[in-house]
This record gives sequence, C-alpha cells and structure tokens, in this order.
Amino acid sequence: MSRLKHIFSRRRSLSIPYALFLALFVVMPLVLIMIYAFQGEDGSFSLSNFERFIEQREAANTFIYSIGIALITTLLCIAIGYPAAYILARKTTSTARVVVMLFILPMWINVLVRTLATVALFDFLRLPLGEGALIFGMVYNFLPFMIYPIYNVLQKMDHSLIEAAEDLGATPRQVFTKVVFPLSMPGVVSGVMMVFMPTISTFAIAELLTMNNIKLFGTTIQENINNGMWHYGAALSFIMLLIIGITQLLSDSKGSSTNDGGVL
Amino acid sequence: MSHSNIIEIRNITKSFPDKVVLDNVSLNVKPGEFLTILGPSGCGKTTLLRLLAGFNNATSGTISIDGKDMTDIPPHKRPVNTVFQRYALFPNYNVYDNIAFGLKLQKVDKRDIEQRVKRALKMVGMTDYEHRDVESLSGGQQQRVAIARAIVNRPKVLLLDEPLAALDLKMRKDMQMELKEMHRSLGITFIYVTHDQEEALTLSDKIVVMNEGRIQQIGTPTDIYNEPCNSFVADFIGESNILNATMIHDRLVRFMGIDFECIDEGFGENREVDVVIRPEDIYIIRNAEAAMFRGEVRSCIFKGVHYDMIVATPDGYELEIQDYNAFEVGTEVGMLIKPADIHVMYKERTENHVRGVMTDATHVTLLGESFECEAQEGIVAGMEVDVAFAFDAVELTDDSDDGTSWGIIRFILYKGDHYHLTVRTDDGENIYVDTHDVWEDLDEVGIKISPKSLRIKAL
Repeated sequence: MSRLKHIFSRRRSLSIPYALFLALFVVMPLVLIMIYAFQGEDGSFSLSNFERFIEQREAANTFIYSIGIALITTLLCIAIGYPAAYILARKTTSTARVVVMLFILPMWINVLVRTLATVALFDFLRLPLGEGALIFGMVYNFLPFMIYPIYNVLQKMDHSLIEAAEDLGATPRQVFTKVVFPLSMPGVVSGVMMVFMPTISTFAIAELLTMNNIKLFGTTIQENINNGMWHYGAALSFIMLLIIGITQLLSDSKGSSTNDGGVL
Repeated sequence: MSHSNIIEIRNITKSFPDKVVLDNVSLNVKPGEFLTILGPSGCGKTTLLRLLAGFNNATSGTISIDGKDMTDIPPHKRPVNTVFQRYALFPNYNVYDNIAFGLKLQKVDKRDIEQRVKRALKMVGMTDYEHRDVESLSGGQQQRVAIARAIVNRPKVLLLDEPLAALDLKMRKDMQMELKEMHRSLGITFIYVTHDQEEALTLSDKIVVMNEGRIQQIGTPTDIYNEPCNSFVADFIGESNILNATMIHDRLVRFMGIDFECIDEGFGENREVDVVIRPEDIYIIRNAEAAMFRGEVRSCIFKGVHYDMIVATPDGYELEIQDYNAFEVGTEVGMLIKPADIHVMYKERTENHVRGVMTDATHVTLLGESFECEAQEGIVAGMEVDVAFAFDAVELTDDSDDGTSWGIIRFILYKGDHYHLTVRTDDGENIYVDTHDVWEDLDEVGIKISPKSLRIKAL
C-alpha cells in the first residue's frame, strides 16, 4: 500500500492518464495496422496486400500523385509562408502583423467549414473546381503550419549576426542569402514536416474541392476501409507511415544540431 | 574638413522616445590611435559605437570617417569593422568561412583569401583551427576568431564593443596584451568601448570618459588619472578620496579644517572646490608629531602588493590610504600629503537649482509635485520661478510614497564625511543630496524639502 502511495506521489505519475490515452488510442491502433497489414483475407500471415499494391497500379499511382500534390503544396507554402514569417518576425510595422494575423485567423474555424466555404467561394467566382482548387485549398489550410516554425526561428535569431554580416560588407540581399536564410533552415524543415506529411493523407479537402474527381492517397485508404477491406487499407496506411517515418529520420539527422527552431 | 582626423564626430545627439542617450557629443580621432570610450553601463558608449558602425542613425549631428560624411552610408559601405561583445560568429560557417566572409563578398581572389585568412589566424594565435566548428570553440577562442574576422578586411577603423567582457580575468589580461600588440603591428585606428577603467588605462592612447550621454573628459590615461576634471571622473577612474574644500587663494586650499599647500592656481579666492587625493598619495607614519594631521586606523586589508586602510580623523572624516606597510586597526597614525598630490577641481554645482511654478502664496510646483514654501514677496501664483536649495536641505525617506516627490538614486559619491547622491526624480530631473545615511545605487526614495530652505526667485 505504501509502495503504491509512493508511486503516485512522484511527479512522473502525473503522466499516467496521458500514457494510458497514448497506449489505447495511438499505440494500439498502430499495432493493429501492422497486424492487419500482414494478414491475408483468411487471417494468416501473408504479404499479399503489398503484392496487390505493386501489381494493381491504381493505388500506387494515386500514391505518387498524392506525393506530387503534397510537394507542390509544400513549395507554395514555403513561397508564401516564408515572407510572411519574415515580416512577422521583424515586426517593423503594425500593419505587417495585421496581415499575418489574417493568414492565421481562419485557423480558428473547423477545417471542413473552411473547405466548404472555399467551395462556395469558387462557385461564387465561377472558378472551376478541380486540381487548381485542390492545391488552393491545401495551401490555404496548411499555410499556418509553415509560418509558425519559420517565424519561431527567425524571431529567436541573434540580431547581432545580421549586424555582423552588414558590418562585413554584406548588402541587405546578401545578409539574407548568406546568413538569415541558412540559419532559418531548421524552421523550414520543421514547416515542411508539418505540411508535407499531413497533405499526403488528406481526403476531405480533396473530396470537397474536386467534387470527388481527384483521388488522393488518403481517399484510397478511406474507401478501402469503408468497403470493409481492412487488410488492404491497413497495408496502404502502413506504406504511408513508412514513407513518413523515413522522411522524418532524414530531416532529423540533417537538422539535429539546430533543433531549437520549429515546433516539432 | 581637416584630414588629420580619421573620425570627426560633430554635435551628435541620439534620442529615443523616452530618453536622450547621447547629448551633443563631439569627438575627433587621429589615425592609428587606440581610443577608449569608458563609462558606466547606460552612459551611451555603445550607442556611440553603433552610430559609427552605422547600425543606428543619429537624431542630429554628423559623423565623418576618413573625410567622408557617413550620414547616409549604410553599414556595409563603411570602412569600419566591428568586434561584437558576444562574438556574433555565424554558426552555419566554420572558422575559415567566418573569417573569409568579408573577403568573399569583396570578390577577393581565392588564393589571396586563403593567405589573408591564414595570416589573420596566425595573428590571433589560432593557426590550424580553420576547419573547426565555431560553436565547439571556447569563449576566448571565439573572440579571437571574431577579431580575425574583422581585421582580415583591413578596415580603416576597428570598432570593439566590450570584446573582453565575457572572458575570465586571466584570459582578459592575456587578450589585452595581445590587442595592444595587434594595434601596434596593424597600425589601424582602434575604437574600444569598455566599462572597465583598468582595461582602459592599460590599453589606450586616449580615453574618453562618458556619463549620462555626455563626454566628461578626454585625455591620455595619465591625464585622466592624475588630473580628473570633475568628481565623476575622479571617482570612476581608480580609487580616490574626494572632499569638499575651499580654495583660500592660489596654492592654498582648506579641507578637513586644515590648510594645505597645493600647486593649483587661478581658482580665485575663497571659492568652493572639490579636491581629489589618490589613496597611494597619502603618506602614513607612526610618529603622529611630525604629521600634518592625525587619525586612527579603522580597517586594514591586504591587497597583494599593498595594504588598503581606512583612517578616521578626529573631525569625522574617513580617508582611504594605500601603503606597503600594514598599520594595525586602532593605531594612532599621522598623515602627510605633498602639495603636488592634491588635485583641485571646480565644483560642477554648489546647490540645487530647479525650475518651478508658483501655485499659490505658499506652494510651488517643482519636480512635478507641489511643495510647501514660505510666502514670497513680489511673487504671485502662476509665475515661473527658479527654486534653489542646499544639498543638505533635502531629506530622503525609505518609502517612496512618504515624500512629496520620489526618485531613484543614480550615483553615490563618498566625500570623506558624507555622501553626495544624485537622485533622478520621477519626472526626469536630477537633484543632488548630501546625507550621512547609507543608501544604495538604484534605491527608490521619497524626497522631502523643508519649506524654509527653498529660496525662490522670479525668472
């Protein structure tokens, strides 16, 4: 009894509720995905699901297409998010802050509501739904996840480094390319992780903004599972998790010395 | 514009919305000089350096470097390089690329860059460190790289912003010698900012002492030490005994109730002055008969080479005296001061003068508050007045709400038998207070002034 008391009195015991939650709703499902992925229809161990992924090109093609869309989304997010983060971090004018606030404000609204609103907006402007609308929707939804980590790194950057570069003869442009941008890479990497990963598996945005015309990998997984093909769906999820895991490891080893940036 | 000066600073004022940081500062620097800007924190010395580097713009005034007006020249086009206090090395480059940064921007030939970087590394004693990651270096090594990164560009002027402040004492002493040697062999102008008076005395050809945004004194280290121009400089540079005195006539000054011969002339007769006597200039002897005045040793502390003693005179003055011989606490001793060791200075002020407005017959508004005063003839409500009061007419209280006005103690000067305090009141004016009470720097105090002591004159 006293031993039990001892355990609960330790500060670490405060994490027990979260650990339980984690085990039930994160670890368990992941283990189940693993088990289901390596089972045939009869429940025995089999690689048939993965053979099917390679043989039937459909899912694989969707996967490649999804990665393409995710890449474009990520690049656009960097192109728009970096300047926004830069302006926010410098905080030179109050208007700059307002502009960036406008980027972030929509995030307080549920993603489905936002996406439906985007559909309505496209209708109103008589713009066709489809690939363009899809990319717009993705960028719109994921932009804040790019801005925040970059903003974090830029804001923490020692201002004397910028002054040192100016002092050594760097023009404002050179200060940016030779000092500010390289030093903000941890933030960019972090932003990429937060945008690229989730965009591969998105399906709601794709369904609504392309009127179900374009399938992303997330949609394929969802369809399989909805149609009761648990084993194949699990295998597809497993493949996606594998790819995400690998990218994560790659970016970790790259930016390990400067992981003070970012939110990951 | 004369070309005998590499830097000419003309009437520079820099103010931020809530504070004037530099107040009408003018300064010339000769080529090849090692000039140190010395002052306590917040005196404006770093701001002055940043104006030279171009990181900030002056509110008014001009700076020219090498004969060219720098007003609209951005930092990257100025012929100066800076060594920063916290090094500011680029963490994304190694030692070599940090040092080569400026040369690469100037598109210097690659082989030339290599040679110059190697030479700079050799100069700071960091040969073979080219490929080290800068974050793996110690503080001293990082500062060496930072110095190499600046001098490799052969600037006309090297600006150093407290470069040794973050290093430990031993390393600081070594680096001081190396900097002096570097200055000699490079022949470029060094502008060095520090709050460490010993460092300034060791390194400089010329010292600029600053306080509260103003230059107090410019001179060689010996000038500044031996002939401080006011009590701030005397107190800030080295140890000193500063006392109120009266200049009776040329070469005769009276303090601690005794007449002393001195060598200063031209102060007029019976004029109130300050005298400075360095602790090492007071001779202490056992034979009290032969002495000019006597006292009792209150404390004696061994300082390595000498002993630091506090001696109290029968009249209640305390003097700091340094001597190679120890005198035990409680000993009756005699003291001698040579005429040449007494340094007489003009007093910056002999009483407080503050502007005010009469609110009614017995109240005057000054320092943003209403003070009671005695009825004044010929002065009516609404008149602007000059209010004078003696230093010792002010009473300070612990509780800042307890006084009529309140302020913060900004500077404390010990004058042998009392403290002379500078108090910054809440509306930004300085008043000066003589007191026997012990206060600490930055204490918040309430300010009371007795109605009788306010002397009011119409403006």
